Amino acid sequence: MATLTLEHVKKSFGETKVIHGVDIDVAEGEFIVIVGPSGCGKSTLLRMVAGLEGVSEGEIRIGGDRVNEKEPMARDIAMVFQNYALYPHMSVAENMGYGLKIAKTPKPEIATRVQEAAKLLQLEPYLKRRPRELSGGQRQRVAMGRAIVRRPAVFLFDEPLSNLDAKLRVQMRLEIKQLQRKLGVTALYVTHDQVEAMTLADRMIVMNAGVADQIGAPLDVYADPETAFVAGFIGSPPTNFLPASRFGGTEGEQLGIRPEHLSLVAPGEGRIAGRVISVEPLGAETLVHLRLEDGTDVTVRQEGGAEAPGEGMEAGLSWESAAEMRFDAEGRRMRGT
Amino acid sequence: MADRHTGMVEKRGAGHWLTHAGLILGVLFIFFPIWLAFVASTITQPEIVHPPMPLLPGDQFLENYAKALVSGVNAPVARMLANSAVMAIGIALGKIVISILSAFAIVYFRFPGRKLFFWLIFVTLMLPVEVRIVPTYEVAARFDMLNSYQGLILPLIASATATFLFRQFFMTVPDELAEAARVDGAGPMRFFVDILLPMSRTNMAALFVILFIYGWNQYLWPLLITTDPEMNTIVMGIKQMFPSGDDIADWPVIMATSILAMIPPVIVVISMQKLFIRGLVDSEK
Repeated sequence: MATLTLEHVKKSFGETKVIHGVDIDVAEGEFIVIVGPSGCGKSTLLRMVAGLEGVSEGEIRIGGDRVNEKEPMARDIAMVFQNYALYPHMSVAENMGYGLKIAKTPKPEIATRVQEAAKLLQLEPYLKRRPRELSGGQRQRVAMGRAIVRRPAVFLFDEPLSNLDAKLRVQMRLEIKQLQRKLGVTALYVTHDQVEAMTLADRMIVMNAGVADQIGAPLDVYADPETAFVAGFIGSPPTNFLPASRFGGTEGEQLGIRPEHLSLVAPGEGRIAGRVISVEPLGAETLVHLRLEDGTDVTVRQEGGAEAPGEGMEAGLSWESAAEMRFDAEGRRMRGT
Repeated sequence: MADRHTGMVEKRGAGHWLTHAGLILGVLFIFFPIWLAFVASTITQPEIVHPPMPLLPGDQFLENYAKALVSGVNAPVARMLANSAVMAIGIALGKIVISILSAFAIVYFRFPGRKLFFWLIFVTLMLPVEVRIVPTYEVAARFDMLNSYQGLILPLIASATATFLFRQFFMTVPDELAEAARVDGAGPMRFFVDILLPMSRTNMAALFVILFIYGWNQYLWPLLITTDPEMNTIVMGIKQMFPSGDDIADWPVIMATSILAMIPPVIVVISMQKLFIRGLVDSEK
């Protein structure tokens, strides 16, 4: 258990700058999720904390100590990899105990700690098996077990659920969260899935092209995005963007409105009009996709019970002005006025 | 259960028998010379030189083989077998150790000239032993390695092919495995010994079989480097048994030696067959 601090952390590969300076203070036991599209530098950032990538500029501190120059092992971290990276020729127990074995932990203690972790993860019946004899979910657990037995100061997760099927992903997501709470270990978790980010994070870092666009609690980020990118990336279906010039803004500015803040009204009423291009009834909610006169597509989220217009029908759109989010030409949020 | 035998694999009928007849014929065809050699090694010299040669083993088996093993023609066959074994095992193990280490260096370390070294190794694939045999002999002679095991083994101990095979294998090992080992605190050599070596064991077994036979069958190099009959290997030793001039060839002993020369490679192949095939087929990761 420890705090984790990133200070002006930058990374470049030769001339190419990948990370343009990230700052964050992670409290003890906090669960931080780094979320962003592929290529935004989120995995690189995690690997820098792990010590698998060098830090070009800035400082990384774990428990207050600078670790820039330390080997991964000396940083007191444990990492769970996307493809699990289990040693194929070792049994589950050997896989989990390998790090301890290298650290010259006495054998009986390794056995106890592996037992404890196996019990926690319901892996006891499989301790003697090889990784290839396990299902995807079980391998995932072994990878977690390998991290747990080390009793590290910080857990690092690199898209650990992306190789699992959808149902298992939801289940493992819950388990990871519960486990992290139970162990109280600081965790840094990388994902491109914004649902995972929303559900797991105490705070999340939304990365865009090497920059941390916003750092905050999931619901705050959702309700109050700092940039157009964050507004578009967090939330599903994504925020609708309309050219602000039509609503009293200047050229280049954008107006963002979440789908649930839009409502359908009769044609001719409301603030703008459009034609329904498709309707997706999902049970609890219905998504109505419309195309406006200027060609912009917008999505409206309705309660499942509400009446939806048929495809091809004209409809008006209205919204509360309070729900509007204005962004300037660079995509930054404009507040006030 | 009734139509259990109608599957694709258990095809019955004329085709089935024809296939088998063909295979049996092929086996007989290949096996016949070996059988003749065996028969020749169990009869007396006069019986061989007066045609027709018998097709069934005679009663001289023990005498001929004992004579070959203990005294031979130039050197006892037991001695030559031992020489061949030392050479073949030395070459096979040496090649595996050197090539797996160089492949490890090329794949997992970034050092100046890494690409260059790889290509240098790769290019030597195109140079067969025969092309560089004169300079190699010169070097071996100057190092005073004539008539020695070092002389038999060292010049043949580097293998571009094996290096290349191990490199290809290591490149299929996910990078994350190396990273996981690093996070677990394993240094490079620890990773090599604990993770890479066990994962390569089927590849090593397959290579051992191939390289052992390669070493065992060496002819030209031992012929050049050994002049003392005590250092002859068995494959070249057989040729040395042929008489020059008007001497009479001791065919039963020569044939017994040939049969004896075949046994070790056969034992190696059979005993490592399972691992060998897995090494060629499997890609366990």
